[in-house]
Amino acid sequence: MRSVQTQVIAWLLLLPAMVLLVAFTHWPAVATAWHSLFSTPKGSRPSVWVGAENYQLMLEDDVFWQALWNNLWFALGTIPTSIALAIVMALWVNGKIAGRGFLRLAYFTPTVLPMIAVANIWLFFYTPQYGLLNQVGQALGFASRNWLGDRDTALGAIMVVSVWKEAGFFMIFYLAALQQVSPTLAEAAALEGASRAQYFWRVLFPLLMPTTLFVLINALINSVRMIDQLFVMTRGGPDNASILLLYYIYEVGFSFWDSAYAAALTVVVLAILGATALVKFRWLDRRIHYQ
Amino acid sequence: MNRDIATAAPALEREADPAHATGAFLGARLTHALETAGAWLLGLLWILPLAYAVWTAFHPTEYSTRFELDAPLTLENFIAAWHAARFARYFWNTFLLVTMVLAAQLVLGTLAAYAFARFEFRGRDVLFFLVLLQLMVMPDVLIVENYATMNRIGLRDTIVAIGLPYFASGFGIFLLRQTFKTVPRELDEAARVEGAGPLQVLWRVYVPLARPVYLAYALVSVSYHWNNFLWPLIITNSVETRPLTVGLQVFSSTDQGVDWSIITAATLMTSAPLLVGFLLFQRQFVQSFMRAGIR
Repeated sequence: MRSVQTQVIAWLLLLPAMVLLVAFTHWPAVATAWHSLFSTPKGSRPSVWVGAENYQLMLEDDVFWQALWNNLWFALGTIPTSIALAIVMALWVNGKIAGRGFLRLAYFTPTVLPMIAVANIWLFFYTPQYGLLNQVGQALGFASRNWLGDRDTALGAIMVVSVWKEAGFFMIFYLAALQQVSPTLAEAAALEGASRAQYFWRVLFPLLMPTTLFVLINALINSVRMIDQLFVMTRGGPDNASILLLYYIYEVGFSFWDSAYAAALTVVVLAILGATALVKFRWLDRRIHYQ
Repeated sequence: MNRDIATAAPALEREADPAHATGAFLGARLTHALETAGAWLLGLLWILPLAYAVWTAFHPTEYSTRFELDAPLTLENFIAAWHAARFARYFWNTFLLVTMVLAAQLVLGTLAAYAFARFEFRGRDVLFFLVLLQLMVMPDVLIVENYATMNRIGLRDTIVAIGLPYFASGFGIFLLRQTFKTVPRELDEAARVEGAGPLQVLWRVYVPLARPVYLAYALVSVSYHWNNFLWPLIITNSVETRPLTVGLQVFSSTDQGVDWSIITAATLMTSAPLLVGFLLFQRQFVQSFMRAGIR
């Protein structure tokens, strides 16, 4: 199968897919890095080489730092919570529990709904005075809060929506993994007098490790990518309190039309994703083989 | 598991003690009841936003925060939403978009996956690495440069431009390659002996065997592109090209006194086809996402 003919056929089979992949993923990634070293063309002024100027600008840009920190908090806040919830959900719906069908449905439904649509519903939950959350709060004697309009709570409110959207999605992967676990393990553990907590931490959790790492990578990527809810709920505000990196890129690139600076910001995101990719390929794939 | 019999024996003895066994049994019952309650609480909490949207959308505005069992039902909100924006057009645009993207992904992905799975050629590993890279670095974040590209080739504000960056899917290629690799070589060779060319072998042997994976991939792809928002928002700016997600956002962000009931009705309308599809094919959906996830 190493003839010239085979080679030609293989390349022809790959050609259409590779051309599009390169044109809309690899080339733009490289071009972004290159364009970040130039100025944004404005009117009659063409784009000129500025070297690292965009990056210097970035270092002095408070909004960038705010977005970067917010994104870090967003990741730290949503990823462990979603993963923990996903495991608990999967354990529940994998076992014998009343209404298992309904529960699976309830947990998974947020995953199939468009974020931009459900964000509208959440927006109403968070509305000051007559939003659902405040009505419940007031009934319990708390003062009404403007959850999305308050610097202290805006990002947290966004994070809640993200966890709600993601946990059921991750649950599926744990469910798949749990179904591979042989029931004799649980029997053996019970026979040895292990409590359920011991069984979980000593047996199940280590067995679920490949799933957890897979989910973790996905969650990391999502924490960079998942910004639709910002458009509906806060627009990054108030005062950039809930701005995330990709949203800032959108603002700079398509509201301020500063494409060079947006390119420099994109390079930061690419670096984060690239580091994730490196960890995955170099480290994870070597330790766990799931092919 | 590796512990010896000696440590297991006391556990067995404990089991034999009747008082202890009853206590443990009751304890287990209690834990189970508590867990069921917890699971249901979480489940209700998770479904609450959707349930609330259904309530608001099917009742007159004055009941949007008043929950009374005898509140009158109405379809007014849906009618008002449908006429307030060009939703028919948005539905059509989204339908065209997801169909086009899926068709392209399936064809391109099948061809590429076949090459990776069953051909040996120069540069295979490098190319495959490039494909895998797209799992991490998606077009979703390359909005600035892809916008410039679309501008350059004159596709801005077209439905093709929304789909084009996603036509070649690293994920699809990867998934199909894994599947094709499990096809026994004997089948492939038998077809070749009968004189079938590479494309005929692909079509007659590989594609039929991968049918469940195609279904899985289709469900994942359709729901992804039905819901996608940022890139369509950037690349479109007219009613003729906007998909539902962008249409909904344009509609609900104009503050000209659009009330909540109408917005929730529009929200439900946009999610309805996916939601109905999900309810009908629940098992397949869940299995698809599982299948797509195990790699």
